[in-house]
Amino acid sequence: MSSGLYSMQTKDFDKTLDLSKVKPYGDTINDGKVQLSFTLPVPSGAEAVEAAKQLLKQMGFENPQVVFYRELTPGFTFFNCYGSTVHTVNYSDIHVPKVESQVMSMEETDRFIKENIGRPLVVIGASTGTDAHTVGIDAIMNMKGYAGHYGLERYEMIEAHNLGSQVPNEEFVAKAIELKADALLVSQIVTQKDVHIKNMVELVELLEAEGIRDKVILICGGPRITHELAQELGYDAGFGMNSYADDVASFIAQEFVRRNKKVNNYQK
Amino acid sequence: MQSKLGLNFKRVEYARKTAKSIADDVQNFVSNYTTIAVERTLCRLLGIDGVDSNQVPLPNVVTDELKSKGVLSHGAVFYISNAMVNTSLNPQEIAERIADGTLDITKLNVAPYEERMKAIEPLIKASIEKIKSKTAKREQYLQTLGEGSRPYLYVIVATGNIYEDVVQAEAAARQGADIIAVIRTTGQSLLDYVPYGATTEGFGGTYATQENFRIMRKALDKVGEEIGRYIRLCNYCSGLCMPEIAVMGAFEGLDVMLNDALYGILFRDINMQRTLIDQFFSRVINGFAGVIINTGEDNYLTTADAYEEAHTVLASDLINEQLASLAGIPEEQMGLGHAFEMDPELTNGFLYELAQAQMTREIFPNAPLKYMPPTKYMTGNIFKGHVQDALFNIIGTWTHQGIQLLGMLTEAIHTPFMSDRYLSIENAKYIFNNMRNIGDEIVFKEGGIVRNRANQVLEGAISLLERIDNEGLFSALEKGIFADVKRPRNGGKGLEGVVEKGNNYINPFIEIMKGGKRHE
Repeated sequence: MSSGLYSMQTKDFDKTLDLSKVKPYGDTINDGKVQLSFTLPVPSGAEAVEAAKQLLKQMGFENPQVVFYRELTPGFTFFNCYGSTVHTVNYSDIHVPKVESQVMSMEETDRFIKENIGRPLVVIGASTGTDAHTVGIDAIMNMKGYAGHYGLERYEMIEAHNLGSQVPNEEFVAKAIELKADALLVSQIVTQKDVHIKNMVELVELLEAEGIRDKVILICGGPRITHELAQELGYDAGFGMNSYADDVASFIAQEFVRRNKKVNNYQK
Repeated sequence: MQSKLGLNFKRVEYARKTAKSIADDVQNFVSNYTTIAVERTLCRLLGIDGVDSNQVPLPNVVTDELKSKGVLSHGAVFYISNAMVNTSLNPQEIAERIADGTLDITKLNVAPYEERMKAIEPLIKASIEKIKSKTAKREQYLQTLGEGSRPYLYVIVATGNIYEDVVQAEAAARQGADIIAVIRTTGQSLLDYVPYGATTEGFGGTYATQENFRIMRKALDKVGEEIGRYIRLCNYCSGLCMPEIAVMGAFEGLDVMLNDALYGILFRDINMQRTLIDQFFSRVINGFAGVIINTGEDNYLTTADAYEEAHTVLASDLINEQLASLAGIPEEQMGLGHAFEMDPELTNGFLYELAQAQMTREIFPNAPLKYMPPTKYMTGNIFKGHVQDALFNIIGTWTHQGIQLLGMLTEAIHTPFMSDRYLSIENAKYIFNNMRNIGDEIVFKEGGIVRNRANQVLEGAISLLERIDNEGLFSALEKGIFADVKRPRNGGKGLEGVVEKGNNYINPFIEIMKGGKRHE
């Protein structure tokens, strides 16, 4: 199972980095090395290993190696594999939509809001739909924050309302109207079977039906959320992994100014 | 017992006394009330099951009828027993007629108490016997097949489809799991009814239904016989149907139930009055059915900081112990919860976790403590995650935890794959075997980090318990003492299902079930 270890095989490929044809890197540029693991619903044995190798070849791996396999339960075999991919990507051509705002510290954001808006921004957040997880919205909103980044509740110029989890979209929209929210934060952690997509789209439709979609900055977040997905679904911004309150607050403040300049949506 | 931590057991005793005072105060409130979920449970205990033509469960049909007529306070047992005397129908037939609209049980003449009780006596006996037969079957399996050694390896299945769950559960059992928990679909905790029949669609979990319980129990019995080890089944007695799920579990031979009102209040925004009333009856049932309850203290640490708020976990464990005790649950069925949730960047974090786990063990020596794995600081770096889970497993075996909820390297990514469960069980078995007696070999030095930490947490818990005792639990929850979450007494979900018990109210099961009479 350890064929390839200490291989003296010559590496007869071009070892110079070309960003228009990028390949995975193991220990040599363009070696294309990938590690992967998966389970096949077949019993363990030589046929299983062969099946895994054939699959790896179809996935575009040269020199596929099954380094470990084990039958998890009768009829299901788990594999750890390595291979060298033949595929490349053109890194130079890639453009990923990102949230276009300058990330500021809490103090800078507070000052920015004071100077440019002159009143606290009202932000409401919730884990909406059937999603019971508060970990995401809490990380962004709770006073304490997460990983050393204070949450929105601690911002002097943000009036933060964390509605918690499993908040139905109707209730969320009603609360937005009641509190005259400037920005809405939607956290979606559970993404099995794309349940979050349906729920997030429904919120946009509700906001449109109530005629307040344009009056609020609509933001979503969660470990599987990207800015690109957010925009596709009709949101103003999406924040994924490794986003903190600073990122969200900076965006809200700057987006608000960009849109309104001191004009209050609700004529408070 | 010789404390490895130099714990002052006089202080532990004082903490317990304070927790008891808090629990007694809650119980004084609970005794005077019932809820629509408690009444549905009583319907089920009288043999009502099934759904009407609109898929509404018949226990809901009956209790909704009583509620809409404004007489829920007298309780389902009163009205059903009275209807039996008046009509000679059995409870199921009565429920079906209410569903048809051909019978109004609130308009019948009131029969004498003795006659009503006589009518339901055989039904009460049948339900009690049904539950006893399940506990007897468990006992028999434990004697003939035996069980895994502690800590029990606890894994979850969560496919959404009960039949797929069975495949995953069988695989996990063969790999070495001792407890299979079928995670409920997201949102079920807020349903004020229990769905009916086998289900194949759920998000992030599978509906808890009596039929699903039956299907999984049968599968685990079969695989248990095959591998020669009894496999326990766990589900969730929380949310708006606590006692109802408890009785379904008792009927179908479940072994472990998540069962914690505080969890529902804080994390599901369920009304505190509603859920504490529901919890009492659900725990009475679980206690009687030999079910190990699991409490949810570990969840506090997913929002609050695990190092700073460690004492809230101990305080809550002590309150939960007293509330469980008032419901007749023996210590051996109290799976009090705690967790390995400190920031991995914390210097000596392992020692603080070790102190916490050893302290919890010593304070609750007979409880099958439920130890939860890291979740908050699992990042998607599966390789590091596997190491975090290994450290967690070391403490589990070292401090003799009762139930080890195995961490998955893919925590925070997806519900476990079959292979994730395999790797996780392999990790635990390796460590449990390789380090089996480490706890018997190592003592903690006087004045050292571990001892100091344990005593600091105990003192923190005592101050908190004193504060809660002065405030009352309800008021303490309103002030956000646990998990930094504030909940209003009259807010949250389910308050409309709470009523004060009326003159005719009766729940004959509490008396029968309390005090663990199942072995008589």
